[in-house]
Amino acid sequence: MIQIRPILAALRRHKMATLLIVLQIALTLAVVSNALFIVKTRVVHLSRPSGVDEAHLFAIRNEWIGLPDVPHIDAQMRADLATLRSLPGVRDAFASASYPLEQGGGGLAHIKHQVAQTTKPQLALSYFADEHALDTFGTALVAGRNFRADEIGRLGPYDKLAPAVIIITRDLTHKLFPDGAAVGQHVYLSDDNPSTIVGVVDRLEGSYAGSSTRSIDEDTVLVPARYASSDDGAAYAGGVVYLVRTQPGQLETALRTAPAALVAQSRLRLISPEDGVVTLAQARTKAYATDRGVAIMMAAVCMLLLLATAGGIVGLSSFWVGQRRRSIGVRRALGATRGDILRYFQVENALIVGIGVVLGVALGVAANLSLMTHYELPRMPLWVLGVGALLLWLLGQLAVFGPARRAAAVPPVEATRPG
Amino acid sequence: MLTYYFDLALRSCRRSKALTALVVLLMGCGVATCMVTFAVFRATAADPIPWKSNQLFVPQIDNFGPAHNGKGEPPQLLSYTDAVALLHAQQARRQVLIYGSKWTVLPDDAQQPLSQEGDAVSHDFFAMFDAPFRYGGGWSASDDDQRAAVVVISSALNQKLFGGADSVGRQINLDTHTYRIVGVLDDWNPSPRFFDMSSAWYPFSHPRQLYLPFSRAIDLQKAASVNFYCSTNSVDAALPNWDSVLHSECAWIAAWVELPTRADVARYRDWLHNYAAEQQHVGRFAWPPNVRLSDVGQWLHIMNVVPKASALSMIVSVSFLLICLVNVVGLMLARFMRRAPEIGVRRALGASRGAIYRQFLIEAAAIGLVGGVLGLLLTALGMAGIGHVFEPEIARLATLDASLLLLTMLLAVATTLIAALYPTWRAAQVQPAWQLKSNG
Repeated sequence: MIQIRPILAALRRHKMATLLIVLQIALTLAVVSNALFIVKTRVVHLSRPSGVDEAHLFAIRNEWIGLPDVPHIDAQMRADLATLRSLPGVRDAFASASYPLEQGGGGLAHIKHQVAQTTKPQLALSYFADEHALDTFGTALVAGRNFRADEIGRLGPYDKLAPAVIIITRDLTHKLFPDGAAVGQHVYLSDDNPSTIVGVVDRLEGSYAGSSTRSIDEDTVLVPARYASSDDGAAYAGGVVYLVRTQPGQLETALRTAPAALVAQSRLRLISPEDGVVTLAQARTKAYATDRGVAIMMAAVCMLLLLATAGGIVGLSSFWVGQRRRSIGVRRALGATRGDILRYFQVENALIVGIGVVLGVALGVAANLSLMTHYELPRMPLWVLGVGALLLWLLGQLAVFGPARRAAAVPPVEATRPG
Repeated sequence: MLTYYFDLALRSCRRSKALTALVVLLMGCGVATCMVTFAVFRATAADPIPWKSNQLFVPQIDNFGPAHNGKGEPPQLLSYTDAVALLHAQQARRQVLIYGSKWTVLPDDAQQPLSQEGDAVSHDFFAMFDAPFRYGGGWSASDDDQRAAVVVISSALNQKLFGGADSVGRQINLDTHTYRIVGVLDDWNPSPRFFDMSSAWYPFSHPRQLYLPFSRAIDLQKAASVNFYCSTNSVDAALPNWDSVLHSECAWIAAWVELPTRADVARYRDWLHNYAAEQQHVGRFAWPPNVRLSDVGQWLHIMNVVPKASALSMIVSVSFLLICLVNVVGLMLARFMRRAPEIGVRRALGASRGAIYRQFLIEAAAIGLVGGVLGLLLTALGMAGIGHVFEPEIARLATLDASLLLLTMLLAVATTLIAALYPTWRAAQVQPAWQLKSNG
């Protein structure tokens, strides 16, 4: 406490150098806290569970050759599903238009409580499904029942989406019915017929996994239908996605046998040799590649930045110690202990870092606000800045320790030397 | 004199090795991070057609209305009604309609069928975007009118199907129909693929392998494969058949017009406005004209082509360089002021202020040069690891070329010089007499 006044007096003689360190601490805090916050949001984003048995699931994207009509495609899909389900090592399979972590492909459902409601419909992501879908995904019902085989319809590219029954995720029930059970309730996917919610599943991510659909990624509707289209329609891509869940340890085998069995069934199909068959593990890696990349880069830049700041503090402190050898000698000669000198430099550093931190908090908040407007980042909680400030303060103390110890080692006899 | 200053710089570096190493390291890291992210940024933010980008325009017409459009902006694509009206009006030097689809190629031999992405385009497409042909050329306006079964294929598809031979005039089976190949494109991959990114979405990947007449694709009821959105807020806009798709207010066709002069642009803007006013007049639009005409640069901005990861890392790395710069100013200050006695002696012996400036700036430039060399090494290292951070299709675009090397060195020297300005000024202020006296 007693030492602060002489420290301020000394700093006043080195205005520019002090200002530079303060500025550097402030900039470092602003950048590091924002970068770490981005890392955190990315890590949270990419570690979200999809709710499905990813380790044993794969998807086959199958396109139809020769523009067959809806009944033909539907018959072929039934035959394909029977083939897939009877394969050794396959636990279950069903047909949809997209798969989790695909980064697109799925349909967007607009759910209304009433046909003529004036409020905005609730958005959700949809999968086509049948009575095998829940077992294939590996997601559990928390209420209600599964689809029955006789409820699975057939949908062509120009047909309306108005299923009699649907299954939705728990997350979606909270949004649709904040205070009450969802099973048995009616909602509208289109203006024609109401759909009865017959079941609620625990968790099932939609097929987008992107930042633009983040708010509805867990709001999923299962539509009991086989979508039979050879060409891309208005709402869905053409062709079909077969989702296949294997027995433990059988994934590698099934990845080879399943497409071969389909081709043996009928040759009028196209399964891309490059990316026609995708395991959910591969889909996850691909879907979050950018998120992981950004997180790695931000973390690396933070490390470099902290090292640079530490280096700067060491450099400038050493310079100051060199410049003040004589006055340190005088203080030592007048009775100051080595501890006093050590403490002097550490308090000085803590003071400078403190000023820098105050400035840095303001800069950091400003940077966060401007990033929020451009990059859909959430607001940064203040504790991130607190952690950053603590980190910098510790770093400062660590960096100044070496030069301060050298200062403490200055013998009192320096006082008599010119300099 | 220059060699003398270099000699002095070398001596001073030898005296304070740690400080010099720190400055070089900081400059190297700062410059390298900037250059690596800049290489990616440059690749994604580059003008894909610099010789013509201010003559090519995207017209937008608001057929959604204020209740359904995005914050007052018209949809990025056109409805079939507006697209065809624009094509037939012939108000620009060239006009092109584009939409993307997937086509199944059925080779005649035992080869497996292929699914290929293609654009349905009107005949002006190739001339408007200066697409280079290896063999043959585009199709004519009369081919468009007659809905001819003709196709232009990419060199990659030509390689796959015909081993790279001149395939003009040969037949190809697409979606079970036979087409005559009229042209084979050269390697042509503008990035971003600005002309169909609103319709086909991926600006840096999914290169198109086929180009077919727009009118024929419409006749075949070939739906758009990626982007199709409607003004109504129900799931699918109640489209029971293809005819209703064509007459719907759904947006799915990209349009481009070529307007060589400013007068043409002004005239076209008026025409677009009048067209929308007419649609309001006949009762199709219940709102006043809301149209846009954007050139390539404005369009890339509207489409947010630069990936967020790229722009974000550019911001972070520039901040990093800035912090390094502040750091280097401090270190340079320490470095120069430590030599105050030496400066005093030099000044006392007759060196002018200018001489001191020259000495220290040359020293800074030399350090910057070394930092630049380190920066080059680190940049090369970073470019090798770029695939781990950015998506492969974007990382692939970033290349280490001569201009990047030059820029790295320039940036390193320039930033070090800027960092040295204040410390040098302080050094030049040293009073010779005072220094000599205090040195005893």
